[in-house]
Amino acid sequence: MFSRIEENPAEALVTFLFEGRPITARAGDSVAAALLLAGVATTRTSPVSGAPRAAYCMMGSCFECLMVIDGAADRQACLTPVADGMVVSRQLPLSGGGS
Amino acid sequence: MSRAVDLAVIGAGPAGLAAAIEARRIGLSVLLIDEQPGVGGQIYRATDTSPVSGSGILGAEYRRGGELALSFRASGARHMAGSTLVDITADGWIGFEGPDGVEFVEAAQIILASGAVERPFPVPGWTLPGVMTVGAAQTVLKASGAAPQDDAVLVGSGPLLYLYAVQLLRSGRRPQAIVDTAPRLPALRALRHFPRALAAPLYLAKGLRLLNEIRKSGTAHHRGATGIRIEGADAAESIVFQASGRRHSLNTSLVLLHQGVVPNIQITQALRCRHRWDDAQLCWVPETDEWAQTSRPGLRVAGDGAGIAGALAAEYRGRIAAIGAALALDRIVEPDAEERARPLRRLLKTELAARPLLDALYRPADDLRVPSEPDTIVCRCEEVTLGDISRAVTMGCPGPNQLKAFVRAGMGPCQGRMCALTVTETIASLRGRHPGEIGSYRLRPPFKPTTLGALAAMKLPDAPEIDRAGNTGTVELAEQS
Repeated sequence: MFSRIEENPAEALVTFLFEGRPITARAGDSVAAALLLAGVATTRTSPVSGAPRAAYCMMGSCFECLMVIDGAADRQACLTPVADGMVVSRQLPLSGGGS
Repeated sequence: MSRAVDLAVIGAGPAGLAAAIEARRIGLSVLLIDEQPGVGGQIYRATDTSPVSGSGILGAEYRRGGELALSFRASGARHMAGSTLVDITADGWIGFEGPDGVEFVEAAQIILASGAVERPFPVPGWTLPGVMTVGAAQTVLKASGAAPQDDAVLVGSGPLLYLYAVQLLRSGRRPQAIVDTAPRLPALRALRHFPRALAAPLYLAKGLRLLNEIRKSGTAHHRGATGIRIEGADAAESIVFQASGRRHSLNTSLVLLHQGVVPNIQITQALRCRHRWDDAQLCWVPETDEWAQTSRPGLRVAGDGAGIAGALAAEYRGRIAAIGAALALDRIVEPDAEERARPLRRLLKTELAARPLLDALYRPADDLRVPSEPDTIVCRCEEVTLGDISRAVTMGCPGPNQLKAFVRAGMGPCQGRMCALTVTETIASLRGRHPGEIGSYRLRPPFKPTTLGALAAMKLPDAPEIDRAGNTGTVELAEQS
C-alpha cells in the first residue's frame, strides 16, 4: 500500500468519485496514482478470464489501467490527471470497454 | 501547402528536450509532442511539479531535468502536452490525439525521442494486482510523492532497482527485501569490459555507492535468486524463490519487478524502419547513421529509443539529431554542422564507455526472458501462456506474426508492447534460431488505440475547408519565425 511521504497542507486538492465513493487526491496526481493511494487494488478485469488486473507500468504502455472515466471506457488511468467531480469506475465486462 | 513546422519532436524526455533546444538555436521552428501533461519524460518525470523534487530523495541527477525544462521553455519551441501520436504519414504529416481530438501537423523533419520501456518480466503471477514495475513505483514517487509501506519486495536486477531501493530509504521507507536475480559472481565476459569502463568512473562509483547504502540499511538482500513465482488468489500475497541453496517464501502485498530497460520501438517498427537485434542489450534497435537518421528519410531517432545509453547520452544524441535535421533542411552548412557536433560526439563517447560493462553486469537471466513454466503468461492482454506458444510452434508457427493467428498473442490493447520481446526470444529459443532471424510483430497505425469517434471527428490534413471554425487543421506556429 502506497502513502505520501509527507503531507503538504498548502497543496491543492481535488475530489473525484470512484464507484460512488469520494476520493480526495492531490491536484497533479494521475487517476491511477490516486486510486493506488486510496487502496483501490483493481482497475479492470481481464476480458479473457475475468481475472482482476491493476496498473502495472504507470507510463502508458501496459494498458492494464483501462478504466471508465466520465462515461468513456478504455481510458488509460495512468495518463489521465484527476479532476474535481470526475467519475471513475473499474472496467468490467459489461461496462462497454473494447479491450 | 506550406510546411507548418521545420521539425517535429516526439517525446519530452532528455533527448526530445535537447533536440528541440538545439534546433531552436539553429533557427528551426519546432513543435514538441508528448503524452504527459508536463515535460521531463520518465527519467525527469514531473520535473516541474514533483512534490519531492526539493527533498534530496531523487538525487542530484534529477535536477538536470529542471535545467532542461527551463531552457526548453525559453527556446521558443511549441509544446503540445497530453497528446498521443496516432500516425505519421508517408508524406510527413503527423497525426496526434490531444485535448482537442485528432489533428495533423506537417513537419519537414521528425525526431522520435520516445525513450525506453522496462523489459518484460514474465514470471508466474506477474499479472496479479499488487505486482508492478520498479519504474512504475518510481513514477508514483516522482509524480505524487508517495511510496510503499515497509512490505514491498523488489525483484530483479539493474541500476534502477538499486536506485529506487535507495530512494525508498531516503524517503524514510524500507523495502522488506531485495530479491536480486543478477548472478552472484559477475560473468567473465562482464569483467573484460572493465578497463574500458574506467573511462567513465562516475558510473562505477555511483553503482558502488548505491549498493553500499543498501548494505548499511540492513535491508535483506537475497542474491542469485532463481525460480521466481508470485502467488495469490486475487492479488499478490507472497513471492517464492530459490537463493543460497534453499527455498524462500516472503509474504507481501506489493512485488516490484525490474530487469533493465529496452528501446521503445513501437513507432519505428510501425513505420517499417530497419532494425537490428542487439546481442549485448538483448533487444531491437533501429538502425541509424551518424546524424541519427533512420532508414526512413526525414525520420531520426534520438535517446534511449535508439539503443539504451542513459539520460546524458540522450541529450547529446538529441542535439546531434537536431543538427542533422538542420543539415538536411540546408539550414546549416556541413562544416558548421560538424563543428557543432564534434564536442557532442566526444562527450557521447565518454558516456558510452561504461555501457558494455553495465550491459554485461546486468544482463537479464535467460530463464527470466524466456519463461520455463508452461503456465506463465507471456501476452498479458490475451492471456497467452508459454504453453500456448510452445504448442503453436510445434504445429509449425514460424514467428510472431503467425502467432497472432494461432493464439492472438500481441493483439490486445497494448499492441504487443508487453510481450513482443518475450515472444521473439521464446520462439527463437523453441526453434533454435537467433532472435534476429525470428523478427518481431508487424505493427500498424494507429500507434495507440483510439476511438472511432475520434477518427471520425479528426481534422484531415488534405481537407482544411471542412473545418468550419476556420482552422487549417495544422498548428499555428507563426510566432516562432
